[in-house]
Amino acid sequence: MSRFAPILPELILSVGGTILMLVAAFAGRRGSRLVSWLAVALLLVVTVALIGAPSHAGPVYDGLIAADLFASFGKAIIFPASAVAIIAAHGWFEQDHEHSSEYAVLIVFAAVGMSVMVSATSLISLYVGLELQSLAAYVLASYRRTDERSAEAGLKYFVLGALASGILLYGISLLYGFTGTTNFTGIAAAFGREAPSLGLLFGLVFVLAGLAFKASAVPFHMWTPDVYEGAPTPVTMFFSTAPKAAAVLLATRLCIEGMGPATDAWRQIMIFAALASIFLGGIAAYGQTNIKRLLAYSSINNVGFALVGLAAAGAQGASSVLFYIAVYVVTNLGAFLCVLWMRDQKGQPVESIDSLAGLSQSRPGMAAALAIFMFSLAGIPPLFGFWPKLLVFQAAVAAGFAPLAVAAILGTVIGAYYYLKIIKVMYMDEPGEPYGRVREPVQGLLILLAALLISPLGYLLIGALGGLSDRAAGSLF
Amino acid sequence: MSGLPTLSILIALPLAAGAACLMVKANAARWIALIATLVEFALTIWLWQQFDPNGAQWQFAESQPVGGIIGWKLGIDGIALTLIALTAFLMPICIGASWRSIEKRVPEYMAYFLLMEALIMGSFSAQDLFLFYIFFEGGLIPMYLIIGVWGGAERIKASYKFFLYTLFGSVLMLIAMLYMRSVAGTSDIPALMAYNFPKGAQTFLFLAFLASFAVKLPMWPVHTWLPDAHVQAPTAGSVILAGVLLKLGGYGFIRFSLPMFPDGSAQFVPLMFALSAVAAIYTSLVALVQTDMKKLIAYSSVAHMAFVTFGLFAMNRQGIEGAMMVMLGHGLVSGALFLCVGVVYDRLHTREIARYGGLSDNMPGYALLFMVFTMASIGLPGTSNFVGEFLSMVGTYKASTWAAIAACFSTILAAAYMLYLYWRICFGTQRNADAAAMKDIDLREWWLLAPIAVAVFWMGLYPESFLKPMRNDVGRLMARMERLAPKGDSLPTPGHPAAAKAETHE
Repeated sequence: MSRFAPILPELILSVGGTILMLVAAFAGRRGSRLVSWLAVALLLVVTVALIGAPSHAGPVYDGLIAADLFASFGKAIIFPASAVAIIAAHGWFEQDHEHSSEYAVLIVFAAVGMSVMVSATSLISLYVGLELQSLAAYVLASYRRTDERSAEAGLKYFVLGALASGILLYGISLLYGFTGTTNFTGIAAAFGREAPSLGLLFGLVFVLAGLAFKASAVPFHMWTPDVYEGAPTPVTMFFSTAPKAAAVLLATRLCIEGMGPATDAWRQIMIFAALASIFLGGIAAYGQTNIKRLLAYSSINNVGFALVGLAAAGAQGASSVLFYIAVYVVTNLGAFLCVLWMRDQKGQPVESIDSLAGLSQSRPGMAAALAIFMFSLAGIPPLFGFWPKLLVFQAAVAAGFAPLAVAAILGTVIGAYYYLKIIKVMYMDEPGEPYGRVREPVQGLLILLAALLISPLGYLLIGALGGLSDRAAGSLF
Repeated sequence: MSGLPTLSILIALPLAAGAACLMVKANAARWIALIATLVEFALTIWLWQQFDPNGAQWQFAESQPVGGIIGWKLGIDGIALTLIALTAFLMPICIGASWRSIEKRVPEYMAYFLLMEALIMGSFSAQDLFLFYIFFEGGLIPMYLIIGVWGGAERIKASYKFFLYTLFGSVLMLIAMLYMRSVAGTSDIPALMAYNFPKGAQTFLFLAFLASFAVKLPMWPVHTWLPDAHVQAPTAGSVILAGVLLKLGGYGFIRFSLPMFPDGSAQFVPLMFALSAVAAIYTSLVALVQTDMKKLIAYSSVAHMAFVTFGLFAMNRQGIEGAMMVMLGHGLVSGALFLCVGVVYDRLHTREIARYGGLSDNMPGYALLFMVFTMASIGLPGTSNFVGEFLSMVGTYKASTWAAIAACFSTILAAAYMLYLYWRICFGTQRNADAAAMKDIDLREWWLLAPIAVAVFWMGLYPESFLKPMRNDVGRLMARMERLAPKGDSLPTPGHPAAAKAETHE
């Protein structure tokens, strides 16, 4: 039994997911509510089970998987975020009489994939986890199959995702060919022996390119706005949180554990990707009129900041990435829950930013929450979103990359403009047609919780969350 | 001191009151805000009385670890004390000024004002670099909303400009703070004030902090956000902007730039003098040709702030004390002038100077108070600004004759544009029937303006009350950078008179 302890969360989720699939198949449309609550319960149980998981288990199963604190930290973000994505779909798909049971099952399987991603210590398990997550994601993107935009999003995501997987696999094959191993430790040893050969460098570049696609970092971000806009909103919310966190964490582990000796080689790539994401994410968002597209650019922008921390490397850099991702996921979940509530009187979703006009008067609570999330994503103190930005800049400055930090922080000013635009529309414009009432107490509670965590009260968590991310990052070294 | 965390209460009280405002209707929100700000003012008076000018540098200190690199560290010296008192004094007046003129979304408005007060109090009392930054930057959010929601016709543009301009200035300061933290290993402000950074680094650190404080103060040429923000903001917003928020820039120079980077500061004295000289003369000339009352006063603020930078970078006692007195005096006077504009704006809904005229006939009380503040703004002896401007000029003269000449011209021009403004509004013939029919100021408006007038005379006639708490702190600052003070070009040099010889008479 203890042999399976390191992969206990994945086991529970896989078995549970399979059972839920059967339940869904037999219960049909009537069972969708039951299935989704069961899936939420499953994900929460697994989150709790993380507490008991061996936290310093190095690579097990011949170096395929590590169940260390780093992985647990990632899973502690991924599982609850996935659960929220399931809760968010309540009252969403039922409206169009779509079958929503599979939705929850697909998210559970995606969670398994992501869980493997954050614990992978071998190129093989890395790829398997990534593909498991991606396959579920392709289906989710086109979940509203009667909607053209959703179908287009799914197709686009699939074609480009397949291309990225190809690039990734090519990189993996190069790395394997030149090092003779797929284990991160073995690869690191090969990088450490001598200056990396051209083949190794090529492998490194291709692997990172594939991962950059999954994390939607510039220059592999093109799919993001289209897929985010086309996918059903709960799915968009899911894409922008858990899989993104998993991809960034995976990249962090691979870079630090698998390519530590070649830091100088991948650091240039990270610096470029970070700055390009920050500036492109900030500038391209200017003309957007669709809130989901705008949040897509916002997520590109935010990944850029996380990569600043990764570019700083070292324990401090890795820790700042973890901290950043944790806060980013909470903020984005909250923001998307608010977007979910943007529905007209008939209950149809509204996505234009202009429809938020005067929200502070018609729905003061929702407007205040959304304002908190926007200011926080922009990194304006005293909201908590400021602190992780400060941490990544601190890591960069401490690692001797002050110019990088200066460039990145100037990017925050550019990005601030469009976050301010949303605030302006909500607070300063004359009220337009009010939204219809949404009766989802659980979602309301989640919005409140996220807003409280991101409000200045969040600073009380600095000690706990900082200590946790420090220790999690420490398990990589 | 006593065990009570006074400074935390000073920050928490407006926050709590602001939250309470959101829960109630308009009228109750007004009263809550007024009472809260008055209690806050009473608390500040108590603070002033408890403050021992000859005691420790940092009093009412509190320290509570939060985790990570930030700590809840508060404490004030005499310099911060006077600015806190200025804030607490102006706040109830701001609430009173908004009593009738703000009609829509009153609870929200009051909540933002109280939030702002909490953040300003926090900025002046923070003793941790990052805590200061959070308060300092946080102030942008309520001000952005106040300008954007309750402002004039061009409010959206002005609010964006205010926010992005100020944010752009401050972000570089954050990187500089992170660098300081990594070099010095602490983010404790008192410790950093005694820390000697390498000279080369001081140059960059000074420039990074300058970017932030120069925008905030504002200095020429980064002042352009100010006229827009002032003109568009509601009256009380302008009062708090001119009265207190600008002072954060000057406070930043005193608290950070000068003591932490003395070498960097000394290096840039010529630049600072040059920028101040341009501000003193150029913006005064710009003020002279304005046709909008608020814009005129906004430009005069930029010109007056030049006295602050002149005095501070003269790096001598008169200069620094003068700069502090200018900040306090200008906080009162410009606030009062904006209120005076608000009084007539509430009646006629225009800021166009040409629409008024001859108001001393139908509004004698208004004309009297407006005259007091006009004279104070010019720097007439006996008023608050005279003390500050005179000290600042004396200090500047010790450092550079040319800078002092520029400062003098600024005073002359100030007399020109202020008297011209006053003449066009209160004297002359009554050109417009509606302006001639305006009622004199009522009791509420007396209550807003009269206390400021009293404070203006108090500060002008007995400045010792205000200089006393900060004397030792200025002394400590002097000890840190006296050696670097610019050598004056006008110091009396011993001459070589010819030896006396007996006159021979034919």
